[in-house]
Amino acid sequence: MSERGRERCSQEDDCTSLLSRLGSDSPRPRMKYGGMFCSVEGAFENKTLNFESFSPQTSACQSPHTAGPVRPGSAQLNSGDRLIIKGGKIVNDDQSFYADIYVEDGSIKQIGENLIVPSGVRTVDAYGQLVIPGGVDANTNLLAPQKGLNPADDFYQGTRAALCGGTTTIMDHVLVEPGTSLLSVFDQWRETAEQRACCDFSLHLDITRWHEGLYEELETLVKDKGVNSFLFFMAYKDKYQSSDSQLYEAFGVLRDLGAIAQVHAENGDIIDEEQKKLLSLGITGPEGHVLSHPEEVETEAVYRAITIAKQANCPLYVTKVMSKSAADTIAKSRKKGMVVYGEPITASLATDGSKYWSKDWATAAAFVMSPPLNPDPSTPQYLTSLLACGDLQVTSSAHASFSTAQKAIGKDDFTLIPEGTNGIEERMSVVWDRAVSTGKMDENEFVAVTSTNAAKLFNIYPRKGRIAVGSDADIVVWNPKETRTVSAKTHNLTVEVNILEGLEFRGVASVVISGGRVVLEDRKLNMSEGSGRFVPRKAFPDAVYKRIRARSKMAEARGVPRGNYDGPVHDVISMTKSVPPTPTSRGPPCPKTQTGPRNLHQSGFTLAGAQIDDHIPRRSAQRIVAPPGGRSNITSLS
Amino acid sequence: MLLPGTLHRGGGCGHMVSERLLIKGGRVVNDDQSLYADVYIEDGLIKQVGENLVVPGGVKVIEANGRMVIPGGIDVNTCFMKPYLGTQPVDDFLQGTKAALAGGTTMIIDHVTPQPGDSLLEAFEHWQEAADKKACCDYSLHVDIPQWNETVKDELELLVQEKGVNSFQVYMAYKDLYQMSDSLLYEALSFLKQLGAVVLVHAENGDLIAQEQRKILGMGITGPEGHPLSRPEELEAEAVFRAITLGNRVNCPVYITKVMSKSAADTITQARRKGSVVFGEPITASLATDGSHYWSKNWAKAAAYVTSPPLSPDPTTPDHLHTLLACGDLQVVGSAHCAYKNGFCLGQVTSTNAAKIFNLYPRKGRIAVGSDADIVIWDPDSSKTITAKLQQSASEYNIFEGLECRGGPVLVLSQGRVVYEEGKLQAQQGTGRFIPCKPFPDYAYQRIKFRNQVKVKQGVTRGMYDGPVYDVIPTPKYITPAPSAKTSPTSHQPPPIRNLHQSNFSLSGAQIDDNVPRRSGHRIVAPPGGRSNITSLG
Repeated sequence: MSERGRERCSQEDDCTSLLSRLGSDSPRPRMKYGGMFCSVEGAFENKTLNFESFSPQTSACQSPHTAGPVRPGSAQLNSGDRLIIKGGKIVNDDQSFYADIYVEDGSIKQIGENLIVPSGVRTVDAYGQLVIPGGVDANTNLLAPQKGLNPADDFYQGTRAALCGGTTTIMDHVLVEPGTSLLSVFDQWRETAEQRACCDFSLHLDITRWHEGLYEELETLVKDKGVNSFLFFMAYKDKYQSSDSQLYEAFGVLRDLGAIAQVHAENGDIIDEEQKKLLSLGITGPEGHVLSHPEEVETEAVYRAITIAKQANCPLYVTKVMSKSAADTIAKSRKKGMVVYGEPITASLATDGSKYWSKDWATAAAFVMSPPLNPDPSTPQYLTSLLACGDLQVTSSAHASFSTAQKAIGKDDFTLIPEGTNGIEERMSVVWDRAVSTGKMDENEFVAVTSTNAAKLFNIYPRKGRIAVGSDADIVVWNPKETRTVSAKTHNLTVEVNILEGLEFRGVASVVISGGRVVLEDRKLNMSEGSGRFVPRKAFPDAVYKRIRARSKMAEARGVPRGNYDGPVHDVISMTKSVPPTPTSRGPPCPKTQTGPRNLHQSGFTLAGAQIDDHIPRRSAQRIVAPPGGRSNITSLS
Repeated sequence: MLLPGTLHRGGGCGHMVSERLLIKGGRVVNDDQSLYADVYIEDGLIKQVGENLVVPGGVKVIEANGRMVIPGGIDVNTCFMKPYLGTQPVDDFLQGTKAALAGGTTMIIDHVTPQPGDSLLEAFEHWQEAADKKACCDYSLHVDIPQWNETVKDELELLVQEKGVNSFQVYMAYKDLYQMSDSLLYEALSFLKQLGAVVLVHAENGDLIAQEQRKILGMGITGPEGHPLSRPEELEAEAVFRAITLGNRVNCPVYITKVMSKSAADTITQARRKGSVVFGEPITASLATDGSHYWSKNWAKAAAYVTSPPLSPDPTTPDHLHTLLACGDLQVVGSAHCAYKNGFCLGQVTSTNAAKIFNLYPRKGRIAVGSDADIVIWDPDSSKTITAKLQQSASEYNIFEGLECRGGPVLVLSQGRVVYEEGKLQAQQGTGRFIPCKPFPDYAYQRIKFRNQVKVKQGVTRGMYDGPVYDVIPTPKYITPAPSAKTSPTSHQPPPIRNLHQSNFSLSGAQIDDNVPRRSGHRIVAPPGGRSNITSLG
């Protein structure tokens, strides 16, 4: 885009200038069909160029353009800036095109060339840069305590760092300690976040002890509170770990509610044994952490989680994919048609686990997280490749930062080290540098894995994750040419050690707009504590549940109507020794096939008529705002 | 090629009960080579193998006429005495071993299945006694471990070291009955590895099966088709995967019994390619037939197929398993002969690998001088159609009913005696001997030994960490949902400047997390860099 091009478009023939440019400029608008998610119905209607906005009243369009790139900085409006972002290339997950964006009241009002905008709007110069939807970080832990310690970076510092890196929405994990009420913890979390967060946030709930009694609370959370994803732990034995039975039950409930099951996939039983063994061998340093959490243990749990999710016909989201074989397991089961998603994180895409053997305890301890970084140095490239080809879908940071002094409570026992690494700030740069600069991925896929896919999965699309009329004005002007070196001295966190220390990454967010306000410009931060809003998420995300719904209709098992079996039946001799203390709860493991005459009426079962959730009143009070792209099609499974 | 000494050594006892036999003109097939040779047998042992043997006069000569002479089959998975839900299988040792002999199997390894709480030793002795009385062919025993606890350990040690048992079965299915958690499996595998035993794993995810069964019974499906519906293929593959992971972590050989589905077999294949020491055993039922009959309208027929894991409804499964067996990805064939099905013409793959894994080789599983005279003359061209009437087994229903199979035994020798010839069985009750299995079979344990040496883990020698250490505030849990106590969680946030005096705190006395078993801090061995001067941290 050149100066001459801009002058031409200020003349009357806007349409022709636009069309002429379509062919001449090298980065053409491009369309992708049938990507990893098929497009949401109606998604394109208001995302393509809005021709009406500039064809009839072309004469009035000079005024904003004559203002040029000069910023009326002093004339800032206080209530939500009015902004025009000019000259950049807009990159969505499906196409890129050159257009200007007009932002008012925190949302995108117009997209196109030669927009007619009120006078006095602030202009953001994006010439030669990309304009991308703000990043969505689907996994942060800014408040979840570990071993009784609160993270060093809370919602304020964490979201501040997120914004610096180009992330404008975070999804934080609400850790509910066993025995506490989900709702009250959720409310507390939300309140804290609303006071402290600088960017929009949404919340996942981590359920540490599943029992049937949680159903009511889950239903309230899904239907009234805007939570549609719940995490279960397969690790942390005797603390948070869920058994396979519990997972199966919980997944069934989540499917009925239209939520997404997330798992922390590691085999806690094996880890526990390995930890004991290592400690008895006298290995107490951080290297014991990676030795006790081998790759296989992660892979095994991923495999098991997928099996359970398939049985329950529930969508599964595997958090923190850290190893090649775990990623392969997800990729393979996706090829078999499972609805499963994998999330590599900043750390696993950027670095490996060799530092666990560092002679400096503080450095080694800073890398402690679960599942651990893989000692295999080729892991980051491998995960990046799978991310690029769509086998993994979402990048997050899994940010959970603890200061060295906090980590030091485990200085004599690696099992006591609080787990977590930083990455909230570097996430987008890491993906750009490792995937786009190396040619594995294009800019549209970059937007998909850093923002759009997460928004689609968790049902905040197209409000987030897209630059379109009506979407939230979370916009990043991305400079692909600039490089920046990560250092604990310059980062925006409070922790002393950055696990990516000294690494150089191409691709930097030069301007960040969150909720219609410019929060980062010229490397200067201008954000206010508590400006972040809670983003509710509706159940039954289309991207996930379309397939689930179809399958739940297909998967009805049917019995075989037979004649009565009238042959002899062997007497079952009661076993005196093996009778369990409570025979009712411990039924025989196999269905008793020899149960005598069969009633034919029992086999001709039906699923019509009364359903299991008939007693639940459909709630009318849904406080969720309809997203700009239209309402979701699926509202329930039945 | 012959030593005359071998000839004369056995010559003195011509009046022995066992016959002297010469098998002439057969093609001797071992796992490594086949050759045309005669086999001379005396005292139940193979004395000579070769051409133009010098044998004493008066020996009975069996003409093999160019047919295959193979080592007798070993069926490593039978349950002739397993009580299931209180019912005894229809086939006991007598009927079962008779059927086995008729099919060319000359040795079985039966499962001893004690109930939870039973003494393993007593169960073993009970089984051995019953088998000694009834079995018509040699046998050995696996012992199932229904429960894992400290007392079991002593019994296991005794069984391995004095009773000649080197294989034990653990269960990942049968929730609340036999099922073991991953932690227990890890412990059991570690212990059995030290004893040098082979661990057999019944691999199915019991938790999920229990859930599926509840669901399916709730839907009103009570017929045998509910059995495969509640035990889909994935649950088997998942458990196989988990068992292999456990085996790798413990560095213990794992033997998966009853590989019934493609995906389970593929999982084993892949693990073997990555170097895991794992063996897979498809059973005759899974090799010959598929699970489509579960949907049979005839209840008794459908019920005859009920086995765990179930036969896979995918009709291409048998072919796939055969292919993997042929290329060595699966190793052993068992019959899993429970009350509900019959062993039948077992193929050649049945013998040598099993003998190697369970440390019976070369006594069993090979035709060589000094091996037991368990020999089958096999006619690859004969064909027979299986029906329950012809079978030597007491079940009325044969799941292979109507299946035509090619190749069958013409003559079976067990311990040097002809026990089956031209369709006639001449087995004698109680002639079977118990064959003890020694621990640490080379076939399974050689690699394990080397890996043990390689896999020694070492810590990093570091200087002491002498930086600041955080105070553990023991009250950040959200215990009180009452609104009055609703403080902002950030109030626990540390003050930005730390007061160094606060660091000299003590955790003596009762703590809030005393009941949490994770407080292993006191058991920590001093780090290699020396002891830290801060000792009060939990």
